Amino acid sequence: MASNGSPLHSAVPSGPLADKWTKHKNESKLINPANKRKYSVIVVGSGLAGGSAAATLSELGYQVKCFCYQDSPRRAHSIAAQGGINAAKNYQNDGDSVYRLFYDTIKGGDFRAREANVYRLAEVSANIIDQCVAQGVPFAREYGGLLDNRSFGGAQVSRTFYAAGQTGQQLLIGCYQALSKEIARGGVKMYSRTEMLDLVLVDGHAKGIIVRDLVTGEISRHAADCVILATGGYGNVFYLSTNAMGCNVMAAFRAHKRGAYFANPCYTQIHPTCIPVSGDYQSKLTLMSESLRNDGRVWAPKKKEDAEAIRTGRKIAADIAEDDRDYFLERKYPSFGNLAPRDVSSRSAKEACDEGRGVAPTGLGVYLDFRDAIQRLGRNTIEARYGNLFQMYEKIAGTDPYTSPMMIYPAVHYTMGGLWVDYNLMSNIPGLHVLGEANFSDHGANRLGASALMQGLADGYFVIPATLPNYLAGQKPGTVKTDDPAFAEAEEAARARIHQLLSVNGKRTVDSFHRELGMLVWDKCGMARNEPGLKEALARIPAIREEFWSNVRVPGEGANLNAELEKAGRVADFIDFAELMCHDALNREESCGGHFREEYQFTEADDDVKSGYTNPGEAKRRDDAFCHVSAWESAGPGNTPILHIEPLAFEAVKLSVRSYK
Amino acid sequence: MNLTLKVWRQKNATDHGRIETYEARSIPAEASFLEMLDIVNERLIEGGGEPIHFDHDCREGICGMCSLTINGVPHSKERGITTCQVHMRKFRDGDTIWIEPFRARAFPVVRDLVVDRTAFDRIVAAGGFISVRTGSAQDANALPVPKDDADASFAAAACIGCGACVAACKNASAMLFVGAKAAHLNLLPQGKPEQDKRVLAMVRQMDAEGFGGCTNQYECEAVCPKEISADVIAKLNRDYTAAAVKEAVC
Repeated sequence: MASNGSPLHSAVPSGPLADKWTKHKNESKLINPANKRKYSVIVVGSGLAGGSAAATLSELGYQVKCFCYQDSPRRAHSIAAQGGINAAKNYQNDGDSVYRLFYDTIKGGDFRAREANVYRLAEVSANIIDQCVAQGVPFAREYGGLLDNRSFGGAQVSRTFYAAGQTGQQLLIGCYQALSKEIARGGVKMYSRTEMLDLVLVDGHAKGIIVRDLVTGEISRHAADCVILATGGYGNVFYLSTNAMGCNVMAAFRAHKRGAYFANPCYTQIHPTCIPVSGDYQSKLTLMSESLRNDGRVWAPKKKEDAEAIRTGRKIAADIAEDDRDYFLERKYPSFGNLAPRDVSSRSAKEACDEGRGVAPTGLGVYLDFRDAIQRLGRNTIEARYGNLFQMYEKIAGTDPYTSPMMIYPAVHYTMGGLWVDYNLMSNIPGLHVLGEANFSDHGANRLGASALMQGLADGYFVIPATLPNYLAGQKPGTVKTDDPAFAEAEEAARARIHQLLSVNGKRTVDSFHRELGMLVWDKCGMARNEPGLKEALARIPAIREEFWSNVRVPGEGANLNAELEKAGRVADFIDFAELMCHDALNREESCGGHFREEYQFTEADDDVKSGYTNPGEAKRRDDAFCHVSAWESAGPGNTPILHIEPLAFEAVKLSVRSYK
Repeated sequence: MNLTLKVWRQKNATDHGRIETYEARSIPAEASFLEMLDIVNERLIEGGGEPIHFDHDCREGICGMCSLTINGVPHSKERGITTCQVHMRKFRDGDTIWIEPFRARAFPVVRDLVVDRTAFDRIVAAGGFISVRTGSAQDANALPVPKDDADASFAAAACIGCGACVAACKNASAMLFVGAKAAHLNLLPQGKPEQDKRVLAMVRQMDAEGFGGCTNQYECEAVCPKEISADVIAKLNRDYTAAAVKEAVC
């Protein structure tokens, strides 16, 4: 696919892969301590990426303003990550190394990530653990007092550090405490319950934002020498996902409309182990940590009749004889078994259900069974490992996983795509930097478990503090003020949009539009996509948009806490974003990682299948045509976006068919 | 199922507020409590009314954002869960449910069931951290921590900062919250150097925010969704006393 825009420059340093980051740091610009305090930085988002960046930049002496929509920075959605964080410490002496973590991550991403970024991520992973332990993050420990590890999907070593089933919470609290320390010192001014409405560009550089105080409705301007977005992913475009209710794409999408390129929006991660959907009132889906697959075995009945009997309540899991159970991950991927990566495991579960072997009442669910692990290790050990997760499952599903297996089904969980950034984590807009899930850079087409926390903290604690001066050193501090006409224009546009949302006064609720959009994209741009489906979605989205802007009902007023108004602004952007996502999915005529185009899969006719290297039905990449990042430039509402390409060059790894057999 | 809701409505911080009654018809028993409110709100909006405002975000019991009382109990009378983890199957058809905000002087109402809990942020900023600059840490395994200490620290660190402890307490005391943060950090060797400074600063900030004193009723422990033990309060009192004595004689 030829691009119709200019090519992108990733600013990856030259030299051997293992030396690039060190070399880059040595060659990066520095700002002396007396001058650092003259520079101001805006950080939007207070999760692991934003919180760690805000705290660290403040420690370095910059004046930081940090914004979050929640009532406290401690509540950012990083908190919900359960299983763990990867680091190449090799404390287990099982052969781990920076190279292996790098290789697993790049292979896990189906060779669609930027090699140098991924290597850097693996390289700083060890520092993250050191930093977090020093902050008092209570990771799980062994009796000798040293740190414990567990295994995660897509890896054959134990490199995941964890704090029971609430690793994200503990890491975020460490980060929040570091942020609080800087707030108290005066280095960070925190704005909670505040939402970014627009990005302000002055002479083509990101120099500020327009925000709304969600309690008073006041709209205000904030100027700085640069802007950092750490605003998370866009999973809620699907309406139902494991994301928090407030997670949204607004900040990133506003930046996109101001010129920032959006990279690989079609890469979405569908997590295999979530509690199945039970009804149309449902507001969100709950993830059961991937760590459960260390001991749980995933299966569905071999026979459709058995599945049917379970669905209608005539049989239970225990009635199915061992020989009649299909442990499909162990069968298809013997070397990784139940720890096959997320994209592969999700598609296998979908396949079993599509064959009529699903066990949930809706037909969309398979078992995650701990019977054998409880027999082998005893209930106490399983309780110590996963007690809170089992309890969470019992609360929601109403059945006890110690005695009957969990039911799981894939759900939208994470988004690998995001705003395009170079090696310095700067977007194509000078001064606009993007960290964590909001950028696209490290996970390619599929993220491995326990890597999101790693990336967020790597970006915030270690990468941006080193790369930001490369931009700031070329800027005279404090030159842009909020009386610049660009602020007035952006503020006016933000006010007009709110006024418009409040004055439609139609008949349908915001949620009804969100549900309609979500069902459409889940159906046409979810776990499997094809050309006719994507074209249909692209034809239907404009109609949803048109009805939204003519028939949405947003009660109340702007000058008050107004949850419906907040949702309306976010859903309006999700509608436009869904269009971009489908364009990208249609354009990428290959299957890779989380992006599965039904037209491109291995069949019995392929040599790799005949040789037994891979299975029919696995994702088939087209490296000749699509070994690149697709970065989209907005061409205005209703127009096809403009594609820019960043070719992916692999110096250290050889592209191969990704097999977990 | 059909329910009658008695809900606290209050336009903003200066409004007086009142209980209003809503009929919630045909609610699926599988729905969560907050999904029940979603359904009621959609109907309110469709009927030209204003939805009931409540705080919520992750809806899986970990972010600490949801904060209301159900029949007078913060979160729920069921132990160890947050409001978002309450399911309608726990109620009976025909029930009347009273829904009110967390009540405490230090948690002013923002709107309806939404309260301002930023006092907690200011308490943490007063000393609820370990001062370690990014990049200055030694190898993570250089300092072994006995497993029992690490586990006890973790148990205290499980606090999600929801504020139910304050809402349940007749004195609106924040001792469980402050005790949990202090225990999390004071139990670890990394947290020792700042222990005295930490407890003095956090307790003084707690008092300045208008939280009441602890009179050992343990309502806080009973409603804590993370089941944090009131032992952290005893530990806080010990640590505070020791620090205050040292401060007085130095």
